[in-house]
Amino acid sequence: MDVLTKTITLTINGEPLALSGPHNVATLVAHLGLDVRKVAVELNREIVPRSTYGATPLADGDSLEIVHFIGGG
Amino acid sequence: MDSLTPTTDPWTVAGRSFNSRLIVGTGKYVDLPTTAAAIEASGAEMVTVAVRRVNLSDPKAPMLQDYVSPSRYTYLPNTAGCFTADDAVRTLRLAREAGGWNLVKLEVLGPPPTLYPDMAATLEAAAALIKDGFEVMVYCSDDPIAAKRLEDMGCVAIMPLGAPIGSGLGVQNPLMIQMIIENAKVPVLVDAGVGTAYDATFAMELGCDAVLVNSAIAMAQNPILMARAMKAGVEAGRLAFRAGRIPKRASANPSSPTTGLIR
Repeated sequence: MDVLTKTITLTINGEPLALSGPHNVATLVAHLGLDVRKVAVELNREIVPRSTYGATPLADGDSLEIVHFIGGG
Repeated sequence: MDSLTPTTDPWTVAGRSFNSRLIVGTGKYVDLPTTAAAIEASGAEMVTVAVRRVNLSDPKAPMLQDYVSPSRYTYLPNTAGCFTADDAVRTLRLAREAGGWNLVKLEVLGPPPTLYPDMAATLEAAAALIKDGFEVMVYCSDDPIAAKRLEDMGCVAIMPLGAPIGSGLGVQNPLMIQMIIENAKVPVLVDAGVGTAYDATFAMELGCDAVLVNSAIAMAQNPILMARAMKAGVEAGRLAFRAGRIPKRASANPSSPTTGLIR
């Protein structure tokens, strides 16, 4: 299988997600339909700065947390 | 406002000044429009928010930011739900990345039914957050020794509870709140326990710099009206504190002159 189209499996917010094709954090956030200005991303327990989303590739087995602000006291 | 009550009476935390001495939480409201309307009515300039996983099955669901603009209100991200220093640091690093804010509310709680501040874990998390460059406003027990320790570590505001979170019991230990205020060089806020407007007034009369209220507004039958009441209550307490109350006495003292009476 071509490396560019192979399927990777990520864990996002504790749930598995299979994706085909090369991915970085920017394309993942777009794929998920999220507004990039309103979320923050942690990849394998490290913060991914928003300015580096496009330059942060994702690999099979990566674990991500994607969070936003909600009501709280 | 007249000349005796200047229109601004700001307080300052970590170099930021606020005219409103009421900070409101954004949790427990029935919906986001009510959240927005109540916060507007409260006059608050700072709001607490929580950090949670996005719902990937509904990515276009309205978000808090759509209703409570971070450009209008200072967001104070909290660590609710974190039980260790590591969780708190991870959560607030994400908050910092999401919003760019260094000013945060640290709360590390024990289990129900008290949800009392876990002070050992709070001290550990505060140290880790300060080391990581955060400006920490810290929820804590009404313990003047622990409060002083948190201040000495570098916390930018001390926020003892008035009563258990969501209890609505008002300030249960005014003596210790007062001792914390007298010993502190950083702002002291009563956080948690306010039930109605006079609880906020009472906290402010003790000399607090500000009061933090969530449940009492969000869970009131009319949250928008209660938000307005809290605004007035905080202002009344602040003015009364500045005015200096009369001493309490155990006997009556007539208000009208006792001389010049007709005979």
